[in-house]
Amino acid sequence: MSVLLDRNTRVVVQGLGREGSFHAARMKEYGTKVVGATKPGKGGTTQEGVPLFDTMAQAVDATDANTSIVFVPAPFAMDAMLEAIDAGIDLVIAITEGIPVADMLKVAAVLETSGTTLVGPNGPGAITPGQAKVGIMPAENFSPGGIGFVSRSGTLTYEIADLLTRAGLGQSTCIGVGGDPVVGLPTPDAVRLLNEDPATEAIVIVGEIGGSAEEHAAEYLRAEGKKPAVAFIAGRSAPPGKRMGHAGAIVSGNQGTAESKVRAFEEAGIPVANAPSEIPDLVKQALRR
Amino acid sequence: MKLHEYQAKQLLARAGIPIPDGRLATTADEAERAARAIGASVAVKAQVHVGGRGKAGGIRIAKTPAEARDAAKAILGLEIKGLRVEKVYVERAADVDRELYLGITLDRDRRRPVVMLSTVGGMDIEQVAATDPDKIARGWPSPLLGLLPFEARALAFEAGVPEPQRDAVADIARKLFTVYVQTDASLVEINPLFVQKDRSLLAGDAKLDVDDNALYRQPELAKLKEISRDEEAEEKARALGFSYVQLDGDVGIIGNGAGLVMSTLDAVKLAGGRAANFLDVGGGAKEEVVRNALEIVLANPRVRSVLINIFGGITRGDEVAKGILAVIATHPPRVPLVIRLSGTEAEAGRKLLASAPLESRETMDDAAKEAVRLAKEPVRV
Repeated sequence: MSVLLDRNTRVVVQGLGREGSFHAARMKEYGTKVVGATKPGKGGTTQEGVPLFDTMAQAVDATDANTSIVFVPAPFAMDAMLEAIDAGIDLVIAITEGIPVADMLKVAAVLETSGTTLVGPNGPGAITPGQAKVGIMPAENFSPGGIGFVSRSGTLTYEIADLLTRAGLGQSTCIGVGGDPVVGLPTPDAVRLLNEDPATEAIVIVGEIGGSAEEHAAEYLRAEGKKPAVAFIAGRSAPPGKRMGHAGAIVSGNQGTAESKVRAFEEAGIPVANAPSEIPDLVKQALRR
Repeated sequence: MKLHEYQAKQLLARAGIPIPDGRLATTADEAERAARAIGASVAVKAQVHVGGRGKAGGIRIAKTPAEARDAAKAILGLEIKGLRVEKVYVERAADVDRELYLGITLDRDRRRPVVMLSTVGGMDIEQVAATDPDKIARGWPSPLLGLLPFEARALAFEAGVPEPQRDAVADIARKLFTVYVQTDASLVEINPLFVQKDRSLLAGDAKLDVDDNALYRQPELAKLKEISRDEEAEEKARALGFSYVQLDGDVGIIGNGAGLVMSTLDAVKLAGGRAANFLDVGGGAKEEVVRNALEIVLANPRVRSVLINIFGGITRGDEVAKGILAVIATHPPRVPLVIRLSGTEAEAGRKLLASAPLESRETMDDAAKEAVRLAKEPVRV
């Protein structure tokens, strides 16, 4: 088992532009079932072997897709996400960066009354190694196993997945929740999924400065954690008031500091790595306990 | 992106929120003329993008046009938290009975806007929030429906706004919410919201920050963007598609991906050094990207060494290494470089870098130590 995606994942690509078609091809190479793409006005044709549809509703009807991946540019991303939700898709993974917060607030409000899970935006997507990859991560750095992995970052996720893989620690599912202040599946919710997943033996949480998602994840694990966890927080040396690349990575006043997040994990009995390189050993120690 | 008080107030006025009569001035002459036109006591207020200008001497009360002239002379050219005051806002002084607070921002946890109203306005509202949170009434309107009349009324009741102003405050809250939505604000604040002795309401100060991601659809606001000296490098980097933040150390940092770059900064600090900047080149690291990034980092005279930390993912490590080699062949940098490649084909990349005039390290921790050591070495001539 795994969470969010597996061998039965059937993906529709929203936004088959340069980036979208490049990554659609990489996903297919990995074995992910890419069953279609939306391109209004081109329905009924194909592009690079992918059947095109005018609307998401048609794509879902025709292909039985349960997942979509969004590459459309930021000004149109809200519409794409809402169209996927409206089509009754189980899982939407949004890669798009730079979406206005006001748009994400509307999407989040619609999500509350739908059965759809949204991962992202502004993240690398998700992968269940050996089964399905719905995202832009380099597949070589991931391997099947029992480590559930949640991260707000992109390349840092690949880096840590690579470290885990080299240490012989394969992954159940890796979820890149995204670096924006408002995301569909915040870190605590992603942690909850992995905590409930029988295939996940331990959880690695990679957070960063800004917001209080890590604090909430720590609180949740402290109360309901069923398996060992290890955390890492990026941005310990970041000055307050400066946005560090990600729209969500900002310390405002005394809110969102690395210290607060580290303390929350430590108080929940979850070891916090000082550097990504320490993560594999901490995971091994945690699994032995 | 931050707006100045006078710009924010124009947006409030357009939404029907009462503001004092005011004029912008960039010289003492203009300030005197503005005070004369207003024809009453005025406040002369520095227009700078930092808080705490009152304590820094950036606000003065003037009873006559001559006093307004003197006040403007004193304030214009003042440095407040490193920012030079280039304009003042001359505004009719209010006849203040009490001060309220009204603000709207994002509640990340609830994924909703939060409207905050308090009868303890004027002072540092963050202090009140920390020590006396019950003094601030909060409401979380639906982003799909906006701030509904009953929600605004409930806020006014909960905050304990006295009866004579209750309806008017609720009305201003709804109008302010319209401003928040229409301007794609990440923060909009009226603090203080004056209750005058004649019981009328007036926005004493206004703050409005616009979501940078939404500027593409706010052309009128985007035009108001001002770039301070500190932000020039950040703007230049942004134009190249990079994300850059200037810091105060001497180890220049280049990496791909916000989280990886943040971790690199942290590694430098753990190694006992201080990063000179945050620079995320985004995906990949082709020759041109590396060259542009180095140029931006080395424009900072404090930089004594540069640490390049690239994860080869979709762009393979050997291709990244070739890009770096091409750059140092054509544009030899003035300080030592430390390269750390990881991910796909990283070993092949490191082999290519082995004989180059740079330090290559396998791990982020080792690379950070080396970059910190090199930054502390005497300058090579």
